[in-house]
Amino acid sequence: MQQFLNVTLTGLAQGAVYSAIALALVLIWRSTRIVNFAQGAMAMFTTYIALSLIEAGQSYWVGLLVALVSGLVLGALVERVVVRPVEGGPELNAVIVTLGLFVGFQALAAILFGSTFVSFPAPFDLRGFTVGGVNIAFTPNSIFVIAAVVVVMLALVALFRFTNLGLQMRASAFSQEVSRLLGVRVGAMLTLGWALAAVVGSLAGVLIAGGNLVSPNYMDAVVVFGFVAAVLGGLESPGGAVVGGLTIGLLLSYVSGYLGSELVALAALVILVAVLLVRPQGLFSHAAARRV
Amino acid sequence: MTQQADTPQDTEKDTGQPAAPARAAAPAPRPGRFDAVRRRLPKSTFARHALAALGGLVVVFLVLELTNPFRNSQFATMSYYAIAAVGLTTLTGLNGQISLGHGALMAVGAYTTGLLLGPDADGAALPLPIVMLVAMAVTAVVGVVVGAAAARLHGPYLAGATLALAVALPGLAIYFDEWLGGEQGLRIAAPRPPDWFSDAVYFLSANETPGVKYLAYVGWITLLVVLLLMANLKRGRVGRVWQAVRDDEVAAELAGIRLGRTRVIAFVVSAACAGLAGAVLAVVVRLAAPSGFTIVLSLSLLTAVVLGGLGSFTGALLGSALLVFLTPTVTNLGTSLGLDATAAAEVAPFVYGVVLVLVMLLAPAGAVGVLRKLWHRTRGNHPGSSTRRSA
Repeated sequence: MQQFLNVTLTGLAQGAVYSAIALALVLIWRSTRIVNFAQGAMAMFTTYIALSLIEAGQSYWVGLLVALVSGLVLGALVERVVVRPVEGGPELNAVIVTLGLFVGFQALAAILFGSTFVSFPAPFDLRGFTVGGVNIAFTPNSIFVIAAVVVVMLALVALFRFTNLGLQMRASAFSQEVSRLLGVRVGAMLTLGWALAAVVGSLAGVLIAGGNLVSPNYMDAVVVFGFVAAVLGGLESPGGAVVGGLTIGLLLSYVSGYLGSELVALAALVILVAVLLVRPQGLFSHAAARRV
Repeated sequence: MTQQADTPQDTEKDTGQPAAPARAAAPAPRPGRFDAVRRRLPKSTFARHALAALGGLVVVFLVLELTNPFRNSQFATMSYYAIAAVGLTTLTGLNGQISLGHGALMAVGAYTTGLLLGPDADGAALPLPIVMLVAMAVTAVVGVVVGAAAARLHGPYLAGATLALAVALPGLAIYFDEWLGGEQGLRIAAPRPPDWFSDAVYFLSANETPGVKYLAYVGWITLLVVLLLMANLKRGRVGRVWQAVRDDEVAAELAGIRLGRTRVIAFVVSAACAGLAGAVLAVVVRLAAPSGFTIVLSLSLLTAVVLGGLGSFTGALLGSALLVFLTPTVTNLGTSLGLDATAAAEVAPFVYGVVLVLVMLLAPAGAVGVLRKLWHRTRGNHPGSSTRRSA
């Protein structure tokens, strides 16, 4: 029973991070119909930027802030410079470009920051709470991870629902031509979409790194899990991405806890294939799709 | 491989008429310089390709006998990259399915080879060709499973699913560590050249056949056989059906083609190539370990295919040659810029990534596409005009 509780709580915290990655993928998919396979690599890169600041004596929060800002810049640059020319072209071309970015960023990080495992500090205590004399696998840091993801999601909901900018972004994702006729600067909206997605991705990168070891390929599996979560949620719907992320986090945590951590990626593959074959539109299609 | 074998298929692609009798149609409008040569070639496509493959074998023999052992080992490496790249270009270029899981499929072939050959050279129960065929068959069976799932997916979904495969499969080797060797992997004995083979090489060139050279021969002969079969497949009915599915699913279905079955078959054929490539890799590297089959392997195969030009076997060969022979140069460049050894080793993947992006932005048809365009320009006709109109 105690193991079940621990596995569930670990799964929730991990699921929050997968939700963030899935959300980043969904943001980009909705506006440009591209799955950004470089999402994880970009997040890894900004995490390393944060890490080098922290190692240079800055506080964790400065590192986090700089990571988010550099994610914003990186996302905008990547969209403007390399993704814009392949937008709307053959879908394979866009896939290959994002894969190229994936390898490129990973290798660049290895060149600049080294390819060994380095430990990343956590902002809060990594020792679990004690409830009724039993130590559980829920730490102050897990609370921070979940809270950070929730805050970002609420901010995004507020942006899309209550601001003019969010309305313009939704409009350009919905129909580029009509939005352009109505005076929306669609190009700028797409760039902003990629930038915001990269911020969410960077947050996920820093959160999952906290208290763990990072290396240039530590996000490989995470981006795959995020993709599975996004597909589970229908790839269209931000709400679905969040639910999908939490579901994947829990399921993978159970696989890791009861079957063995080597099988986690295989379980993700099985879930992905099952979802795509049985319900390709995702478990939470249209009903949730128009919510945000 | 050779110019003669390539030209008819190129013209067929340019006119965009998959079913057109290209050999009859191509020389008619413009009397070319090679007509006299072309008329002497055998009528049957297979015979022409076989002739090209024999020519290739002669070239391989000359190159391997005239180069030093280091180059021989590079050629051995190139052979397995090229086999996998030919398989991938068949899938992506002809059938329009992308796969990031070919590294994982190579792992299946390599582990099968490792299990069958074992770490002891004298203990190997089966001869190498049989082992390679078994490895190919096992990978093809895995290909059926993956292909059946992949057949319903397209573009980014397929890329994501095969990426998940590439991430997931190495975990199996660690999970079954008693059987598959865990992180350390399986050590594999390098097969020795059989006596008749060394004798034949000695008879022709008066050179001994060390293990490295033998493996380069194994790799290249396998590659030539794969190329022969694939070139034939591409020019035949099956290849035309695949291209029809790639170009327009609805039209293909209306013409009575079963999309699902076609896609699965394309995936299985491609997986079989990857399995063979894995088998060659296993004996050349003499190790099958999870660290050898990372995503970077799958992505470097994709780089080779994209760089050379999607769908072109010449491009696949060119791409894998660049991959193998440019990597040391690029790594040395990194060292001379003051990077340490581990960082310098990462310069090559960095270049792969940059190349993937640049090729897609500047020349999506790859090196072969650029060369073809230049060739047509120097001959004074613009392929673009005819292609666009017919498309």
